[in-house]
Amino acid sequence: MTGQHQTLALVLFSGFVAVTLGITTWVSRRRQGSAEEFYAGGRLFSPMENGFAIAGDYMSAASFLGVTGLIALYGYDGMLYVVGFLVAWLVVLFLAAELVRNCGRFTLADVVAARMSERPLRIAVGTSSVTVSVLYLVAQMVGAGSLVALLLGRTSTADQAWAVVGVGALMVIYVSLGGMRATTWIQIVKAVLLLSGTIALTVLLLLRFHGDFDRLLLTAADRSGHGRAYLAPGLKYGGTWTARLDFISLGLALVLGTAGLPHILSRFYTVPTARAARRSAVWSIGLIGGFYLMTIVLGFGAAAVVGTEAVRGSNAAGNTAVPLLALHLGGGAGSTGGTVLFAIVAAVAFATILAVVAGITLASSASVAHDLYASLRRSRGTARSEVAVARWAAVGIGAVAIALGLLARDLNVAFLVGLAFAVAASANLPVLLYSLFWRGFTTRGAVWAVYGGLIPALGLVLLSPVVSGSPASLFPDVDFQYFPLQNPGIVSIPLGFLAGWLGTITSDEVADEAKYAETEVRSLTGAGAV
Amino acid sequence: MQSSNGRAFGAGDGSERSAENHPDPGVPSRDVPYEDPWYDAMASGWGEVDGTGARAPAVPPARGEHGTQAVRARDVYIEVQRSAAFQEVRTRYRRFVVPGVVVFLAWYVGYLITATTAPGLMARSVAGAVNVGMLAGLGQFLTTFLLTWAYARHARLRRDRAALELRWDTQELTRGVRGDVS
Repeated sequence: MTGQHQTLALVLFSGFVAVTLGITTWVSRRRQGSAEEFYAGGRLFSPMENGFAIAGDYMSAASFLGVTGLIALYGYDGMLYVVGFLVAWLVVLFLAAELVRNCGRFTLADVVAARMSERPLRIAVGTSSVTVSVLYLVAQMVGAGSLVALLLGRTSTADQAWAVVGVGALMVIYVSLGGMRATTWIQIVKAVLLLSGTIALTVLLLLRFHGDFDRLLLTAADRSGHGRAYLAPGLKYGGTWTARLDFISLGLALVLGTAGLPHILSRFYTVPTARAARRSAVWSIGLIGGFYLMTIVLGFGAAAVVGTEAVRGSNAAGNTAVPLLALHLGGGAGSTGGTVLFAIVAAVAFATILAVVAGITLASSASVAHDLYASLRRSRGTARSEVAVARWAAVGIGAVAIALGLLARDLNVAFLVGLAFAVAASANLPVLLYSLFWRGFTTRGAVWAVYGGLIPALGLVLLSPVVSGSPASLFPDVDFQYFPLQNPGIVSIPLGFLAGWLGTITSDEVADEAKYAETEVRSLTGAGAV
Repeated sequence: MQSSNGRAFGAGDGSERSAENHPDPGVPSRDVPYEDPWYDAMASGWGEVDGTGARAPAVPPARGEHGTQAVRARDVYIEVQRSAAFQEVRTRYRRFVVPGVVVFLAWYVGYLITATTAPGLMARSVAGAVNVGMLAGLGQFLTTFLLTWAYARHARLRRDRAALELRWDTQELTRGVRGDVS
């Protein structure tokens, strides 16, 4: 990596930062400070705009760099991730998008708490939403730190720390000054940049193989060092039954977790109607599906053009596969084309991280202000405006994320993302589905469903090999590993559903027929929706 | 689109309206969303906005605070829920979504389990470098796109109109019992 790459990448990235700060100032000049505007951007985005923004929120650096790297290293097993990330959107489209848009105002807790005793439920759902968001946020911050090391050649801890602090400061500025409207436009800009970059690389790659995908696969298999086994499952998740079960657990968490991610659900409030929410989900499925198809091609292409050993040599986790591929496609190290393409990919990856963290920070500050603060404060009337609280919450969450991001610097990014999905699927999805579709669901059942998924998910991770008991874990010197899997989903997701059912059948409370009627009528017709 | 009682919906659905707005999100119509016809009929305190546009109550007030009017508003929802028109919308939604979810989850979990337990089957070659596993993975993409298309089409043709009519009828009813508070 020469100085040219770094300078050009820094210039491009500064350009993106300047544009996004411009958007933020431009949006905040006209702001009125209403909750509608801060949390939901005024609810007047079009389905296409929101579809791009959702895609921007969802396509994180973990998929752009991480998944392509996994495909380059392990072939088919990396592809399994991508399938899970995409199929998850059917759960969102079928069961969540329209109904959540119709029933809620700003957060997930709005949907769930409407039928129930509000206070305990808002606290429960608010807590789990913030937990999910912070886990996801830390994953992105860790990614930002290592990206600096990988792409700019700065390997010192101080530089990584400054990258994390810089990303954190920028996201706080976007969110607290610009709210949902600025965040949405930043997501749209980022989605367009990321998709253009991916399309350009894919076209160049296919041109190099004269459009012959079969030959690309054969070359990839050849240069991977595994032969035809590279194109079949089993390289990463084969072998022991623990590894296989771990993968099934991860797959379940991926497919069920998306519908419980607070920053994805809150995007549906930025459009005026449920019909628009559905159409934005359709847009985002098209964009995300196309993007993931291209990441598969790029992953195999990196193995074919760069070679698996060279990818592994640059970064053991494979995170540099796409930048290296760009360098080769542009003409190799030292050539102008290679330098330019490499710098573009690096800048796009930074932009991706920056936009994703802004979206998550906004969703979690909404949970803090709209759910936790609104339920926990004693006096209702004299309290400061909720939006002001949300702006300060963004600052607080930014500080927490920076601190955790610095602490967790050595954790694997893909693992953290998988954990966030597992917690979302265990704590948020059961309560959401039960309250939308189960007539007899009660407050106790709802609270149990949240904690019954959240606590096992986090507890099992503490007892897993990730935290202790193996050389690669967080605390390699101690051993309190009692749970063999890295991802808790396969146990904690059923526990969340079970706890909700148990809490409901054991409670004395009789579910309010009229409130369920209201939820059902509202969710399917949009009556009284804001 | 017209509602059952012939009332025009202002700008129609959000897509057309925002198409003309989108170059400048700061135009007045965006900043004063309360003139929008979607906002004129809030039911039972879920989405109340305090008219000044400053801020809405953090937590919607409990239903009981509305007193007897709210009690009758509750009856409206039960009444609508029991109406044949609503039952029809709900049946159509469930008849599509329940089999759909069962099919794609079974297909995905089946794929996941086969990939982890029977890699030999997945490695079987079909044509050139393409094996069963590749086709199954691409098949997941294909079914996702197809189901998305089918769902959107089903909702547009079989549910949207009926749901919209129910929406306006319900809002008329709740406004009626609350004495035109909105």
